[in-house]
Amino acid sequence: MFKILQKTVSTGTVTANYPAEPIKISGRFRGRPSFDFDKWKDARPAAEVCPTGAISLSDKGDSRKVTVDYGLCVFCGLCAEASSEQAVRITQEFELATSDRRNLVLAAEYTLNADRTHRGLRKVDRKSVNVETDVESLGKKARETIQKILGRSLAIREVDAGSCNGCELEIVALNNPVHDVERFGIQFVASPRHADMLLVTGPVTRNMELALLKTHRAMAEPKVVVAVGACGISGGIFGVNYASLGSVDKVLPVDVYIPGCPPRPQALLHGILLAIGRLAERLHDNRAG
Amino acid sequence: MMTQSISAMFEALRQKLGPQVQSVRADREDEVYVLLRDADIRPITEHLRGEFGARLVTVFAEDRCSAEGVFFNYYVFEQKGSAQYLIVQAPVRSDTLEFPSLSAELPSANWQEREIQDWFGLKAVGHPNPRRVALHDNWPDVYPLRKDFPLETVLPPFEGERHIYRPAFGEGVLQVPVGPVHAGIIEPGHFNFAVAGEPILYLQLRMFYTHKGTEKLFEKIPIHKAVFLAESISGDSSFSHGTAFCQAIERAASIEVPLRGLAMRTILLELERICNHVADIGAIATDVGFVIANAHASRLKETLVTLNEQMTGSRQLRGMVCVGGVRRGWDQAQLNTLRDTLDSFAREFRDLISLIDSSESTRDRLEQTGVLRPEKARALGIVGVGGRASGVDLDVRRDHPYAAYPRYSFRVPVYQAGDVWHRMQVRIDEVNESIGIVRNAMPDGLQREFRVPVPSIPSDRCALSAVEGWRGEIIHWIRTGPDNHLQRCKIKDPSLNNWPALVEAVQGNIIADFPVINKSFNLSYSGTDR
Ligand code: SF4
Repeated sequence: MFKILQKTVSTGTVTANYPAEPIKISGRFRGRPSFDFDKWKDARPAAEVCPTGAISLSDKGDSRKVTVDYGLCVFCGLCAEASSEQAVRITQEFELATSDRRNLVLAAEYTLNADRTHRGLRKVDRKSVNVETDVESLGKKARETIQKILGRSLAIREVDAGSCNGCELEIVALNNPVHDVERFGIQFVASPRHADMLLVTGPVTRNMELALLKTHRAMAEPKVVVAVGACGISGGIFGVNYASLGSVDKVLPVDVYIPGCPPRPQALLHGILLAIGRLAERLHDNRAG
Repeated sequence: MMTQSISAMFEALRQKLGPQVQSVRADREDEVYVLLRDADIRPITEHLRGEFGARLVTVFAEDRCSAEGVFFNYYVFEQKGSAQYLIVQAPVRSDTLEFPSLSAELPSANWQEREIQDWFGLKAVGHPNPRRVALHDNWPDVYPLRKDFPLETVLPPFEGERHIYRPAFGEGVLQVPVGPVHAGIIEPGHFNFAVAGEPILYLQLRMFYTHKGTEKLFEKIPIHKAVFLAESISGDSSFSHGTAFCQAIERAASIEVPLRGLAMRTILLELERICNHVADIGAIATDVGFVIANAHASRLKETLVTLNEQMTGSRQLRGMVCVGGVRRGWDQAQLNTLRDTLDSFAREFRDLISLIDSSESTRDRLEQTGVLRPEKARALGIVGVGGRASGVDLDVRRDHPYAAYPRYSFRVPVYQAGDVWHRMQVRIDEVNESIGIVRNAMPDGLQREFRVPVPSIPSDRCALSAVEGWRGEIIHWIRTGPDNHLQRCKIKDPSLNNWPALVEAVQGNIIADFPVINKSFNLSYSGTDR
């Protein structure tokens, strides 16, 4: 007993105060690759190395459409290594969760030289992702929602619908003393009947489709669904095949998408806070209606 | 079988087995292939096991119908004290599609033979339980790993029964189904317990819920991208599976990774082991109510994954290993961080263990719980942590050295008691050994080259690669193809061998102890299901 107390006292408080304060992350962390479409002279090397097809090209005559999908990105950094002129840079941004899947897709059109390098930028559909970056107020709002509307606790049911277990490790880390999501009143629960939020990982396998649907059906309204990680958002590196149906939104309506492979715990928390916002809207609508 | 020259071995085998042996070839010094004339594996298996005490490592198949007019089954053997793998290659005729089953004598072949049935449509004749395992019962009759089956085939949605469990009868006997979605944040699988009151009579498993076509997919994507697929076989073993895959390619293409690359791989493999072992020690403590120990363990794990990120840019060590070495070198600052973090970790880990050791009630709950006896472990072919706690003295790092392991000495802990306490003990000892390995490898991590350029990969080369992941023996076997693609990639995670250990260990225990027994093996569903 004495030993335990001693250890507890000597360890002190280790919990990080994200999102009220920004986190310190290692300078080596690979976050969102950013694309300078003006500078990009050739997208082919990046598209060639990209393991999941997050960067895709379609050439027609002397024009090229380049699409970047953060929903497929595994944040490997190869595109930056393969591109010259610093046209692609790896940033430390990780708060990429969004409720609109289209937010995760950038697109640009180029005219091409004879050697298939870019001659000029014809148009840019979307330059950079448009996500909720004021995480501090997001955190405050979510706390209020949990306190006032949800009776001090938000219950999450997690379902692995086919993942490699990488996302699960980071979701479990949300409960460790450093990330400690219980400080928000967020709890992971065993029964879907008690859950307000469904957190789904993995490409949905053929073998898990039914269990996922049943879990969702067992939840009371209103409820929100969050698709976690490249696989949950898009099927990731597994894509669609005889055993994999691909993205979660093929099976269930998804409210929030959290990119990453896997998303780090703070990225998960950011997405969960965003989803609490959606839940609050839905509760409000229900009461008003 | 291991020290002889190839021709002497061929002669010896031919004399013993007659004309059944077609040829013997050594693709590499430690990788010898014995080609049989037919599918009958039984005489040579008996010979290898009887004469040499060989162990069956894994069994898998390959569709060579268009190239050679047959399917092949491969049986990988190893022998104590030798670094060589002996791979028996047995043709399965495409008109009969049958091969004799070894499962009655060798339970470790059970699931793997059934996988061959399900994925290739070859029949394991004489299998004691030939039901489906890798595809659920209501799948249509498709054989996804045959070459004429397109990866993108769209199958009709599920209908009917997935699996009929054996019924349990008797007074007070109940069947308790659990899963596939479990109470905690863990992977999906179905457990069907037959209980008589509290004690578990037997446990039936239904896995492969997360089957996602991984082995087939390996045949369709170029090798440099396939490294990332290897990292996603089992998320907690990203670096081990990634390394096993890269090693296989390097062996096939005779690529020599420079010492610095090997040392860095060794360090990262050990960091992966430490991370997961610490998390498991904490989780075992939680399951017997020692929550404070888990709070410390999970905090320690968090400092380690933060270290991972500083060393590789990824908390799960992803995007670091590559064919030819590792993608980035380390600077002095990173190595300092590694040394300092490891030093303080070592101190804190000692505290954590003494905290656990001082808790009598924890020890009480864990000793004699979930016992897997050594004879059983050997018969079932159990590997890794679960094996070593039950007297199975195997460790790929020592038995088939790779990366920079031959340069550093370490001890392989082996216990005989086979209970949860000793599975935890194996982890504790291994963490301490790993700390030593990392410290010894650090100077080698400062050499010049960490990566060599990769030539285009020659086609039609086979290679076997093995890594001791933190759970145990990981095997990747490949056949290369044209245009930097693979024709086949077999993945064997240690979990595939070890599920029967759980079934055995829970028998007679009370159902309340199931979580901690399960945790003490902590097997990978995704690694099993692929
Ligand atoms: S960082 Fe993302 S976009 Fe860039 S190569 Fe890797 S997966 Fe593709």
